[in-house]
Amino acid sequence: MTPRYVLLRLGGLVTTLLLSSMLIFSSLYLAPGSPENVIFGNRTPSPAARAAVRHQLHLDRPLPVRYWDWLTGVLHGDFGRSMVTDQSVSSRVGSGLGTTLSLVAVAAVLIAVLGLALGIAAALKPGFVDAAVNLFTSVSVAIPPFVAASILVSIFSIKLGWFPATGLPDGFWGHLRGLVMPAFSLALISCGYLARVTRNALREQLAKEHVQTAVGRGLPRRVVIRRHALRGALPPIITVIGLQIAGLFAATLIVETAFGIPGIGRLTVQSVSQKDFPVVQAVALLLVAAFVVANTVTDLLQAAVDPRLRTAGRTA
Amino acid sequence: MLELNDLDVALRVGGRMRRVLSGLSLSVAAGEAVGLVGESGSGKSMTVRAVTRLLPEGAAVSGRIRFDGRDVAAMDAPALRRYRDRDVGMIFQDPRAHIDPTYRIGSFLTEALRVNRGVGPAAARRQATELLAAVGIDDPERRVRQYPHEVSGGMLQRVMIASVLAAEPRLILADEPTTALDVTIQAEVVAILDRLRRDRGIGMLFITHDLDLALAICDRVAVMYAGSIVEIRSARDLHRSACHPYTVGLLGSRPSIQARVDKLVAIPGRPVSAFEAPPDGCAFTDRCAHAEPDCLHGRPALEPFNDGLVRCRRVADLAVLAESRPESPAAPPSEPAAKSVVEPPAESPAEEGTQP
Ligand SMILES: Nc1ncnc2c1ncn2[C@@H]1O[C@H](COP(=O)(O)OP(=O)(O)O)[C@@H](O)[C@H]1O
Ligand code: SF4
Ligand SMILES: [Mg+2]
Repeated sequence: MTPRYVLLRLGGLVTTLLLSSMLIFSSLYLAPGSPENVIFGNRTPSPAARAAVRHQLHLDRPLPVRYWDWLTGVLHGDFGRSMVTDQSVSSRVGSGLGTTLSLVAVAAVLIAVLGLALGIAAALKPGFVDAAVNLFTSVSVAIPPFVAASILVSIFSIKLGWFPATGLPDGFWGHLRGLVMPAFSLALISCGYLARVTRNALREQLAKEHVQTAVGRGLPRRVVIRRHALRGALPPIITVIGLQIAGLFAATLIVETAFGIPGIGRLTVQSVSQKDFPVVQAVALLLVAAFVVANTVTDLLQAAVDPRLRTAGRTA
Repeated sequence: MLELNDLDVALRVGGRMRRVLSGLSLSVAAGEAVGLVGESGSGKSMTVRAVTRLLPEGAAVSGRIRFDGRDVAAMDAPALRRYRDRDVGMIFQDPRAHIDPTYRIGSFLTEALRVNRGVGPAAARRQATELLAAVGIDDPERRVRQYPHEVSGGMLQRVMIASVLAAEPRLILADEPTTALDVTIQAEVVAILDRLRRDRGIGMLFITHDLDLALAICDRVAVMYAGSIVEIRSARDLHRSACHPYTVGLLGSRPSIQARVDKLVAIPGRPVSAFEAPPDGCAFTDRCAHAEPDCLHGRPALEPFNDGLVRCRRVADLAVLAESRPESPAAPPSEPAAKSVVEPPAESPAEEGTQP
């Protein structure tokens, strides 16, 4: 991979983040309902009081200026203060970030391990195994995360009592135990999807002429599958894993709320309902950043596994 | 060394079996080059794939394939791998599709040596550069580090040839190795293949639809039609005295060196595959100028005639006919086109048609 290609991709990443931050900022303030109303709640303020609050929140300044102030603050790690709790946004977001990242990490591992294993098994074993995996994927991609969550809770928390129904117990193992079911709910759809894509990509590769060459040279079957078929199937697999992991961040909104996990997802839902603009801005930006970073990493990995893309990047 | 005996192959196409080889018998002696010539769809590629047990899934095979007396169909997995590794080497038509695009050329060249024979990386690398030099590739040290998409098709086919030579097989199966290449380099690639396999005493089954090319580099030539051999004899004899009406037609339809472009088709009709041929009778009947009603009753056998083997019930009549006419049915042997660019064939080690 050429350094130039990496730089190009990183440049694209920064540009996307900048554009989406503008979009997030302006769309929130252009939405109906003035932000300062959050502070007054049901009371109707005097015009003077309203003006004072607007001044304190810098709402009396033009939008581009406010955006610029906000952006420079963000670049220094200052996302402003919550309009509801008056805590700094970065401390509110920061406390949930670790939790959400570990939830997504556990889900990502589940997706990659189960999805790949099922997909590979289905591709290599036509007949019963393939049919069984196909059934699983058809069912799993049809179950939305909140349905999966309630099914899992009723079986594993209420019936069996293996995992807590809500919240995160203390300690590392407690955390992990608390994250298992939310992670499964998050992973289920993606897992089925990845299994399907892996199966089809591997089947397609197994039919390739160069795989025939490898077999014809007397290479052992496992070498043919690992070095040639699986290797060739990597691009679509990487794409799907990347997109699914990026999508997990959005799905945490539902799953964290359902399981009472104190992460970014639940914070987003709370802040939106409380119209806590600075917090909503920060988490929205984080979600976009997670998505864009996941995409960029995906593209870089693609280029790393496919030499033809590297050259394309060089000549582009 | 290689013996195919009464080989029948049927492939599964949408739940039905479709016959692609029908009673094919052929042999290749050690060090001998045999050309397998036929139009598209006659079953040449399927013959090669049957020899290496690389037929599509669900293929039904009957008849016998022996290599050094061993039954290829009966080999267990390790024996089959060993056979593919050490005994036969395949050169495919389209090197771009048949070489994994994700690995460097050096890795492709040495993969079988490293995986199957445990050759160390340094030794493998040395061997890779030597082989590239042997197939006439300049600056091999740089080439081994390149990826397939970074080099031309002609160079890639030479890489494929080098990879086959690396395994030092006893028999090379070359399936139209130059058809996918630019016309200007076809002759050069054939010449390299021809020279290197002669130097090393490797046998070859050379598949082509170009009869002249086969005549130029092979000891014997087998002409294939609708999944079976219709005539087989030494390359020297074939263009002098072809006996089967199909071979005669092919020789007549050869474009001359001057007019290679405007291919005139001397045989009316289109070639058929085995499954399209009449089930009981000569497959060539509907295109044959000498067909008679009897040709549709009973399939003619591949029988000795004039030091070769011919599959035509009227072969004796036709030979008499040809002699009584002023000019022979086969056009006088114009110098085969490919001969001008490759070395002339050496004395062939196997003159007689080998009995199945
Ligand atoms: N994968 C396949 N499945 C079914 N039929 C096939 C397949 N490949 C080739 N055939 C058929 O088998 C016959 C022989 O094909 P092939 O051996 O490739 O011919 P050739 O190499 O002489 O052009 C043709 O009729 C072709 O349509
Ligand atoms: S058997 Fe009859 S149809 Fe077939 S090639 Fe001979 S003459 Fe022609
Ligand atoms: Mg072919």
